Parts: sequence; C-alpha cells; structure tokens
Amino acid sequence: MKKILKTKLPELWQKIDADFDLFLPIEKNKTLNFSLWKEGEKVNLDRVRTNASPKHLVFPQTETYLKFKNENKKLSLEVVEAEGDEYVLFGVRPCDVKSFKLLDNIFLRDPVDTYYKVHRDRGIIISLGCSNPEDTCFCTSFGVEAASAPEGADIAAWDMGDSFLWKTQSEKGQKLMESVEEFFTDAHEKDLKTLEHEKDNIREKLKELPFSNIDLSKIKGTQQEIFDQEEIWNEFSEKCLACGTCSYLCPTCHCYDLCDYKGSNKGEKFRCWDSCMSSDFTLMAHGNPRTSQMQRLRQRFMHKLVYYPKNHEGVYSCVGCGRCADRCPVHIDIVKIIKKLGGEKNEL
Amino acid sequence: MSCSCHDQDPLIPQIAVIKEVRVDTHDVTTFKIVDNFGKKPFEFLPGQCAMISIPPIGEAIFSITSSPSQEEFIECSIKKCGTVTDYLHQLEAGSEIGVRGPYGNNFPVEELKNKDLVFIGGGIGLAPLRSVINYVMDNRDDFGKVDIVYGARTPGDLVHSKDIFDVWPKEKDTTVHLTVDSLSENWDGNVGFVPNYVKTLGFDSNKIALVCGPPIMIKYTLQALEEMGFKKDQVYTTLELKMKCGIGKCGRCNIGDKYVCKDGPVFRCDEITELPNEY
Ligand SMILES: Cc1cc2nc3c(=O)[nH]c(=O)nc-3n(C[C@H](O)[C@H](O)[C@H](O)COP(=O)(O)OP(=O)(O)OC[C@H]3O[C@@H](n4cnc5c(N)ncnc54)[C@H](O)[C@@H]3O)c2cc1C
Ligand code: SF4
Ligand code: SF4
Ligand code: FES
Repeated sequence: MKKILKTKLPELWQKIDADFDLFLPIEKNKTLNFSLWKEGEKVNLDRVRTNASPKHLVFPQTETYLKFKNENKKLSLEVVEAEGDEYVLFGVRPCDVKSFKLLDNIFLRDPVDTYYKVHRDRGIIISLGCSNPEDTCFCTSFGVEAASAPEGADIAAWDMGDSFLWKTQSEKGQKLMESVEEFFTDAHEKDLKTLEHEKDNIREKLKELPFSNIDLSKIKGTQQEIFDQEEIWNEFSEKCLACGTCSYLCPTCHCYDLCDYKGSNKGEKFRCWDSCMSSDFTLMAHGNPRTSQMQRLRQRFMHKLVYYPKNHEGVYSCVGCGRCADRCPVHIDIVKIIKKLGGEKNEL
Repeated sequence: MSCSCHDQDPLIPQIAVIKEVRVDTHDVTTFKIVDNFGKKPFEFLPGQCAMISIPPIGEAIFSITSSPSQEEFIECSIKKCGTVTDYLHQLEAGSEIGVRGPYGNNFPVEELKNKDLVFIGGGIGLAPLRSVINYVMDNRDDFGKVDIVYGARTPGDLVHSKDIFDVWPKEKDTTVHLTVDSLSENWDGNVGFVPNYVKTLGFDSNKIALVCGPPIMIKYTLQALEEMGFKKDQVYTTLELKMKCGIGKCGRCNIGDKYVCKDGPVFRCDEITELPNEY
C-alpha cells in the first residue's frame, strides 16, 4: 500500500499527463464529467457521481469505423482504426468500475468488438472509494464493493483526508505505479488501521442510505409473468417522456445504432449510442413490434432485471449508481420499479 | 491474397460485386453476389443471413437463398420496401456493394436427415427455405419425402418460378403445392391462404415442418399444423426483427432473453412459446 499527500496531486497529474491521456472528474458549469485533464481544470474528487458515466471512454458516443467512396459502380472502403492513446482514468467509483465488467460481457464475448477492446485495453483504471455516497446510491443491492477495492480496478484508491492510499491490483497498475513512484511513500501500519476504520465508516453510511434495503429477490415469477404485469408497466410509462436520458447516462446501457454519414458519394460509417426508449428503435418494413411507450419502457427494465441476468449467470445489468434516479425528468427510476415488481406499494 | 479480415471488426463489410440481377416479380429481385475474386464471399449454413450495405444509403439483413453447396456465389432475394432495398433494386450487374456475414443460426439439417420434410413458405419467405430445399436436393438420398407448399398474393408474386415450376417438381419424391390468395386469370392451381391450404393437404404429423413467411401467415400456419397433430418440436420457423449489428450487441432484435440475430432467426416452435409475445 502506498500513500500520496493531496498537495502532491498537481505534480502527479502533470507527470501522468506527460505519458498518458489523463481523464479526471472535471467540473464545468456545475456539471461533473470525466474529461481530459489540462492544467488549471477544476478537478472534483469529492462528489461521488459524475453526471454521465465514464463509459464513453470505452464505448464512445459516436465512433467512425469506416470511410467509403461509392462512385460509378465502384466501392472503396477504408477501415478506420480505433483512435486514441493509452489513458489513465482516475476517480472511478466502484459502481462504474463494475459497469465496465458488465459491458465486457457484451462487447468482449465472441465475436469480439475490436473497437471496444482497443479502448478497454489501453486504459488504466484507478478507482476511488466512496467516502460520501449520495442518497440516491444503492450499489450494495448489486453487490458492488463501495468500501473495499473493487475487482477490475488496476489501482484502488481511498481518500484519507489529507492524502490518498493507493493499492495496485494489476500489471498495468504496477507499470503506472513505477512511473510515478517518486510522489509516493510507503503506507504505515497506522495508515492501514485508519483505512480499515474508513472502510467501516463507508459501510455504515451505505447501510443508512434510503434505498439500501431494496431486495431484488422479491421480484418473483418467470420472464413471461414479469413481462405480463402490464398494470405496473403502464403506470410508469404513462409518465415517461421517451427522452432517453436514462439510457445515455446509464453506465451499463450499451445499445447502439450503425449509421452512414451521407455525403453524395463519399462518406463515413459510424456507430452511435441508441436507446430502446425511442419509437423507431425497432421499426421495420412490416411494422414495429414495440408500438407503445409501455412496451419500450418495459424492454429497458426487463433487459436490466430479467433478460441480462438470464444470459449472464444471474448478474443484473445495473450497478446501482443512481444516475437514472437522479436525472430522469419525471422521476421514473429503477428503484421504484424494483420495489413495485417486488410487490411493494410505493408511490410514484 | 491481400485479405486482412482476420484482424477486422465483425461490423466491417468486405467489398462484393453483384454478378447477376434476376427480376423475380414486380417487387422482388434476386442478386447473385461474389467477392472481389469472383468467388463465394463466405461459407454459411442454410437459414443464415448476410448483411448487405450500400454506403451511404445504409445496411439491411437478408437471408441467403442459395444452397451452401453452391461454391461460386451467394444469392439473396430482396423485396423492395424501404431505403436500402429501393436502392438495391436500381443496381446493375457489376456494381460493388458491401457484405458481411454469415449471421444467425441455421436450420438443423443434420437433425432433419432421413425425415420427411414439409416446407411451407409465403411470399418472400421462400427465400431462406430455398437454401435448405436446394441443400436437400443436393444431398437427396439423405432425406425422406419432401413436400413444398408455397403461396403468394397473385401468380405474379411467386418468386423463384423456375425452381417451383420446372426444377423441384422433377426431383424424386418431391411434390410442390402452390396457392394464390385470390382467383386469377391463367391460374389453375389452388386458390386460398397458405394456412387453410396446408389443412386441406392433410399431412401426416410425423413429418418435420419448416415454415417461413410474413408474421401473420406464420401465426396461422403454426395453428393449422397444431390442429393437424404436429407437435411444437416438429416445427421450425424464422422470426424477423429490426437488425443493425447482427451479432447480439446493438440490443435491437431481442425477444425476451433471445436475440433473433444470434439465437435465431431459426427457432424450433417449442422455444418460441417460452418467449414473451413481442414480435
Ligand atoms: C433474419 C432476417 C432475414 C431477412 N431476409 C430477407 C430476405 O431474404 N429478403 C428480403 O427482402 N427481406 C428480408 N428481410 C427483411 C429486410 O431486412 C428488411 O425488409 C430490410 O431491412 C428493409 O430495409 P430497407 O432499408 O429497404 O427498409 P427501411 O428503409 O428500413 O424501411 C423499412 C420501413 O420502415 C419504415 N421506416 C424506416 N425508417 C423510417 C423513419 N425514419 N420514419 C418513419 N418510417 C420509417 C418505413 O415504413 C419503411 O417502409 C429479413 C429480415 C431479417 C430480420
Ligand atoms: S429518463 Fe425518464 S422520461 Fe426519459 S426515457 Fe428514461 S424513464 Fe423515460
Ligand atoms: S439503471 Fe440507473 S442505477 Fe442502474 S446502472 Fe443504470 S443509471 Fe445506474
Ligand atoms: S441485430 Fe444487434 S443485437 Fe441483434
């Protein structure tokens, strides 16, 4: 275990920035997001939840994969390789660390999505324990380790007040550690004790959160039976604006569209995020299997709570980050849905 | 050969050439497609699909209608019904397009060996069935009796007319039963919808049925087969949903926990009953 004083952080950022692209939670106009660090940016490592998740680093919002020219019956295609340098992502909360694993299950499964893999492989992820979880967090329900070092982080860090403790967990993490060793000292026995204390603190706080008691095991029944609870789906979807905010901000939503940028005969093929909440998502020549917002909203939550677990050994496609609870303009969120499906009579 | 497909993403098409264009009906055309070297672009199994792209118009998925035994090309029969398909219909032989695949699962030809088969197609739904039918014909001794039931709105809408009128009826132990929706001139075959026609043909329920067509035709045909005593595990069909990636990642084509592009498009009917009714 290593220790770095917070006063040394500016130098640390500079040093990392010299060798890598450095992404940190940076505040702009009160919005906090993982952005490329530059000298003078306002880094905020206190607020736990960035507005958007860092998934855009491994799964960019739009990404060109092909350039083409189509003229006089002749077609030429030029593959556009995934762009970008090795990067370090510091301050990723354990829920977002886990979301990468859930995306891996989709994109790294055969056939491997080579673009995603390139972005994933060249990133070094440094997690940060959640000293101050928010009221809308419920990661514990999804088995996220918000206090201990999360699996999947190359380095796990904890905020100890005037310093960070830092534990390397992978070869990539080790490589980075070696390059910045000069800023660190070995942690003392006393620091480790304080850390254990801090972890207990975090665990206590998590237990006290309003949504900490949600119980997924209360959702009973077969896929068909849960699907058929139309009253519940209707109740929620009547309010839904189909804005798609929930899908775009969600770290585990991975649906995408493939589009052609339409020049006259030259252009690009790119992919971009898409949302099952929009009405033309499944539109076909002979009709649309999901014509109502009820069906579309049901799809999103069935996917997270039933279909994904069926396909991935019981793992849910949600990490309890609380972004949907925080940002949905009409206050539909997965917690209310879990409770309703589990038979609780909560108010919308 | 300068092929670098090994390190490419499954979303990236290869360049292919339209070798031949055959107009089947007023809105269906069959395209013979070869790769840059004049050969079959990729191997596939009967029932699998190809994603065809014409940048900058877009991409759409189509069943491969030729037999896998055919070494020289793949064929797709394409109905004009939207952006990509309209554009495809304007293309001439020699035009280059993008193609990627094969996608999806296939009809389980190994399990069908030595069995009597009933193929039931409606409209453009003959396309994927033709791939299996021709595969069966190429390996004729491995399979039992074959019945092919095929219907379209009018006689002019029947696709692959050479196969259905001249080639298949001459194959051994093979019968072709044709029907059109309503009374037409120059038609002395059956008149009536496919599901009703199937009932009048009274097939033995020990056969295996392979059904493909528009959703409504599939629905009533499956009912008819059930009434005739076919068990759900004796019937295979294909489902159609909007597709983009073709590899189970873009999240568009699921029915319940199954992805039509990956777990389908071919389903045994006892599998379908386990899926939420959303197709
Ligand atoms: C497994 C599988 C196998 C298939 N096999 C075949 C086959 O062998 N042969 C075949 O012909 N087809 C086949 N299809 C169907 C084929 O993929 C579709 O018909 C094809 O996608 C149509 O593409 P398109 O671009 O021409 O149509 P699109 O342009 O996508 O249009 C389809 C329809 O959607 C509507 N639409 C599209 N965009 C909009 C919009 N922005 N606003 C409003 N309405 C819109 C329009 O009503 C239009 O008519 C298959 C499909 C699947 C899933
Ligand atoms: S954010 Fe809320 S309103 Fe918008 S699509 Fe999602 S559930 Fe509907
Ligand atoms: S569904 Fe909501 S709480 Fe769950 S991971 Fe997505 S945004 Fe976070
Ligand atoms: S087409 Fe993308 S998941 Fe099936």
